[in-house]
Parts: sequence; C-alpha cells; structure tokens
Amino acid sequence: MYLNATLFAQLAVFLILALFTMKYVWPPIVKALDERAAKIAEGLAAAERGRQSLDLAAKRSAEAVREGKEKAADVIAQAEKRAEQIIEQAKDQARVEADRIIAAAKGEIEQEAMRAKEDLRERVAELAVSGAEKILRREIDAKAHAEMLSSIGRDL
Amino acid sequence: MSTGHEAAEQAPNAGAYVLHHLGNLNSAGHPQTAIVDFSIINFDTLFFAILLGSAGIFLLWRVARVATAGVPGRAQAALEILIEMVGNQAKGIVHNEQSRRFVAPLALTVFVWVFLMNSMDFLPVDLLPALWQKISGNPHAYLRVVPTADLNGTLGLSVGVLLLCFFYNIKVKGLGGWVHELFTAPFGNHPLLYIPNLAIQIIEFMAKTVSHGMRLWGNMYAGELLFLLIALMGMAFPSLPIFGGSLLWLGHLITGTLWALFHIFIVVLQAFIFMMLTLVYIGQAHESH
Repeated sequence: MYLNATLFAQLAVFLILALFTMKYVWPPIVKALDERAAKIAEGLAAAERGRQSLDLAAKRSAEAVREGKEKAADVIAQAEKRAEQIIEQAKDQARVEADRIIAAAKGEIEQEAMRAKEDLRERVAELAVSGAEKILRREIDAKAHAEMLSSIGRDL
Repeated sequence: MSTGHEAAEQAPNAGAYVLHHLGNLNSAGHPQTAIVDFSIINFDTLFFAILLGSAGIFLLWRVARVATAGVPGRAQAALEILIEMVGNQAKGIVHNEQSRRFVAPLALTVFVWVFLMNSMDFLPVDLLPALWQKISGNPHAYLRVVPTADLNGTLGLSVGVLLLCFFYNIKVKGLGGWVHELFTAPFGNHPLLYIPNLAIQIIEFMAKTVSHGMRLWGNMYAGELLFLLIALMGMAFPSLPIFGGSLLWLGHLITGTLWALFHIFIVVLQAFIFMMLTLVYIGQAHESH
C-alpha cells in the first residue's frame, strides 16, 4: 500500500469517464426507455379505445339488424294486405263481368228463341194452310171445315 | 494461477515470488519504498485502468449510439437493465433530479469500470507479467494487472467522490450554508461546540473516503494474494516426491477453481458496493442537518 501520483491520474480518468457516460451513454438509453414507455402507454390506450368502439359498433349493428327486421316485417305485412286487396278487386271485377256476360247471353238466347218460335209458328201456319188447301181441293164443306180451320188457327 | 518460467526458477523462494508480484511497474523502476511519494507514478495501474475504462465505456457508447425506442437488441436490453438498476438506486438515494443527471451516469461508470478492473483477477496471475517480461526483454520486470488491487486506483476513485461531495454540499447549501453546517452539526449551534463539530465533520469525511477506497482495495488485494499463494502451491510440486507433488498439483487445481468461482461473486459485489457507497455519500451531501 504505497501512495503516489497514480491517485490523481486515476481521479482525473474517473471524472472524464463519468462525464463521457453522462453525455453520450446515459441520455440515449434513458430517452429510448422513456419513448418506449410512452409508446406502450399509447398502444394500450389505443387498444382500449378500439375495444370501446368495437363494443359500440356491435351495439349499433345489433340495433340496425333489429330495425331491418322490423321494417321487413312491415313491408311483408303491407304486401300481403295489398295482394289480398288486389285479389278481392279482381274477384269483384270478374264477378261483375261474368254477370254482364251471362245477362247478355241470356238476352241473346231469349231473342233467338223468340225468333225460332216466330219461324216455327209461321211454318206451322203455312203447313196448316197448305194442308187445308189440299183438303179443300177434294171436298169443300164450308160448314164442316170452317170450324176446323178456325180451331187450327186458334191453336197456332 | 498458471506458473510462469520466471516463477518456476524461483520456486523455492516463495517470499520473493509474492513480493515481486506485488511490485508495480512504476516510473521509479523499482518498487516504491516510501509510503507516500508523489513523484512516482504506476504505469501498470494507469494503463489497465484507462484501457478497461475506455473499452467498457466505449462498448456502452456503441450500444447507446444506436439505441432505439422500438424493439431493443440483446445488447441494448442488457444495457437497459443495467441503467434501470443504477437509475432506480440513484432515485432512491439522491433526492435531487438535477444532480441525478450527473450522479446516475457517474454511478454507472463506477459500477462498470470497477467491475472490469476487478475482473482482471480472473486472468492467471503469471500470464500478463510473464508476457510483459518477454516483450520488455527484462526477466525481472514488474507488472500488476489488477488496478483495484493498487491503493492508488481505489483511493483515486474515493477521493473523486469526496470532491463531488464537497461540490454538491456547496452547490446545494451554498458556501456559507455548508460552512455553517460544518461548525454547528452534529452537536448543535453553540460557540463551545464549534470546534468539536468541525473535528467530527473532518473525521467523518476522512473516514468515509478512506473506508470507501480501502474496502475495495483490501478485498481485491487479498484476493490477488490468495491467487498467488495457490499458484505457489502448484509450483512447489516438482521439488517434492511424486506422490506429494501430485497432491499439491491437485490442490492447486481444486482451490484455484473454487477461489476463482467465489471471486466472481466478490468482483460483482465489490463493484456494486462501491457504486452504492458513491451514491450514498453524494446523497448525504444533499441533505441538511
């Protein structure tokens, strides 16, 4: 244990090394550590915000789905109502049309029948007259046949 | 722990071997005889101290220069652990944010530097001295490789800490405030107590500084001495009958291994203690009585 001038040299080296460490070694690392801590805090906060907005979005989408379902149900109900109305209208129209057609057909049939009856009556009258003429050509018994003729004419 | 040529030649003379190993390579050319002689300077202590200090701090600087706030590499992660450890200790002891900007890096420097200087003990005790004797061409050249086993090395550091204590005392309390404290603490503010107060304060500063430096030096000096003795044990084996010699060789192997392993612990512990005391003493300079 001998003391000499080495002590002072050692002292100077010590202070120089410490100053160098203070200037060039310590600050970059501490800065990096602080920045990383800030980054991590920021990341955690962002994750928290993301989680919250995800919750919100999930709530909103559930709401939208519910609203959509309601609307769809409304639309379907309305459409069904409308379809029924249309069917009813069509039925009514068809009934009216059918009635009209039937009525027209009936009228026509009656007319046809009338005309046929008329024709028939005319032919029968002709036949009767021609028959009478044939009979009259052989024997004319005005008395006997007048009564017959009039009765034929009545029947027709 | 290995045995050099020069040592083997002198094997019978254990005392000379140990003494030679404890002699510094200094400006006088021979081991210092006076207890205190400021005209002499130890080249070996300074060389290894500066080499290790610069290499260690340069390594840290290389890592710090490319430090990123993103994902750190392994070296950066290791340095971050170290800096967090030192920074937290400094925060707990020195309650002054502005002072910590210098004191915390100072503590880191002390820890890394003292750790590296202590670690020179792991090299075989004869390796570098024998190498130096070859290089210098002088078979009796002196060389000590552990700067912290030289009292100048450790007291240089502790005196540096003492000066910093003075600096912070004056900076924090003002010159008047500090002088006032020197005369009135710890016994109290009374004219009769001025002299005892000052005496106690001087003793306190001296005790702190001397114990700070000598604690580390004593441990490393003793460790080095033990390595020398273990090396001597192995060296003695050619001079003994084959059986006894083998036992000594085996003893060298076993004790040398055990002591080296235990020394890993001491090296780190002493570096940590030195750093903590540096922080404590500078922290005390910030506190008013």
